[in-house]
Amino acid sequence: MRELDVARITEAVKDLSIRTNIYLPDDVKKALRESLEREESPMGKEILQVILDNHDIAEKEKMPICQDTGVAIVFMEVGQEVHLVGGALEDAVNEGVRQGYKEGYLRKSMVADPVIERKNTTDNTPAVIYTRIVPGDKIKIVFAPKGGGAENMSEVRMMTAADGIDGVKDFVVDRVSRSGGNPCPPIVVGVGLGGSFERCAMLAKEALMRTIGEPNPDPVYDEVEKDLLKRINNLGIGPQGLGGRTTALAVHIKMVPCHIASMPVAVNIQCHVSRHGETII
Amino acid sequence: MKTVELKTPLDEKQVSELESGDKVFLSGEIYTARDAAHKRLVALVEEGKELPFDLRGAVIYYVGPAPSRPGQVMNSAGPTTSYRMDVFTPLLLEHGLKGSIGKGPRSMKVRDSMVKNKGVYFAAVGGAAAGIASSVKEAEVIAYEDLGPEAVRRLVVERMPLFVVNDTKGNDLFEAGVAEYRREG
Repeated sequence: MRELDVARITEAVKDLSIRTNIYLPDDVKKALRESLEREESPMGKEILQVILDNHDIAEKEKMPICQDTGVAIVFMEVGQEVHLVGGALEDAVNEGVRQGYKEGYLRKSMVADPVIERKNTTDNTPAVIYTRIVPGDKIKIVFAPKGGGAENMSEVRMMTAADGIDGVKDFVVDRVSRSGGNPCPPIVVGVGLGGSFERCAMLAKEALMRTIGEPNPDPVYDEVEKDLLKRINNLGIGPQGLGGRTTALAVHIKMVPCHIASMPVAVNIQCHVSRHGETII
Repeated sequence: MKTVELKTPLDEKQVSELESGDKVFLSGEIYTARDAAHKRLVALVEEGKELPFDLRGAVIYYVGPAPSRPGQVMNSAGPTTSYRMDVFTPLLLEHGLKGSIGKGPRSMKVRDSMVKNKGVYFAAVGGAAAGIASSVKEAEVIAYEDLGPEAVRRLVVERMPLFVVNDTKGNDLFEAGVAEYRREG
């Protein structure tokens, strides 16, 4: 058994919250640079250049890339050989968010009651925390600040087996088409297939964490991703929705088995500020 | 499509000369408001009460900035998605609002109201928030401090880069742009 003080988790979450909001992963930056070379629309090119310049300004000035520094999504894989001491795990994560968003001058975007009162919690807590118990004596933390604009364009649909892969593709393309310029394209599209109502939504979010350019491990679904990306970029939505060839940078699919009666499909839309980072303790 | 230097407050003549697709550098005073502030502003208009700023000729920027560091005028401050303000905007246009800044398309009701009341809608580049902050020269909270990032702020901007999306003739840059680049398949 490895003993670990939860203060280490607080520290890691704090660092990740600041770092992920200032520095975009290299794969996302690369995909945006490549899209600029392909883009045909003059306005689209100009917008992509503004987006790329903004990364440099954010890094130089240590400012968040986007003012929407998101709901704090935290995926944790906790080794079953780890014995946590010093407090509750979720409290430690929230304390990390609290400290990171304060010290990093990040926006606090959470409201306590989602419907009636909608009063800001003033420290960006609570985080959305998912914990899995895995073999080993380490803890892996993936931190992904998720902006509201793109999250709002996401959807879960309980489809039928008869809808098949063509039905799935039509749903994904239609979801992106209906989103237009709202989610800050160029977007990354996460697709979850199978599981249950809530599981497929989780898969869609997990799919967004995959490195852009890394192929789907399943060659059949890799082809589906390529076809979807082509169809989405043929929609003409373009950077910020003002027309162009670059609507999505990538489509990532994640799937698990499901019930014989079901075919759950989730589409989670990610804006071009596709922020995520990880630490292993 | 042309490039226009524009200064607030806006009058009907300035607004009517703008065309969908124009690039605009906006300077002068503008006001920030998003969902929660709009709800309060519209309630004041409906009750016939005075607003925290003069709506006549005004431009509203849909933004909730990141908090400023000590000595920093404005931290990252890019546009939020505009459709959430659609239910509030026609009433504000009827009471003198001339422009709004955000990202994403507007409803047909807002577009019709802009034609009728001579207003325009500008797009700023969503997610390019650190860059946009550099065009903000002054910022102060003037109302609803309790809303935190959603408080109403008076900003003084200098050559803030924008695109005209909806003009007073009913044109829409989203529709035109997508139609131009859409392909079958």
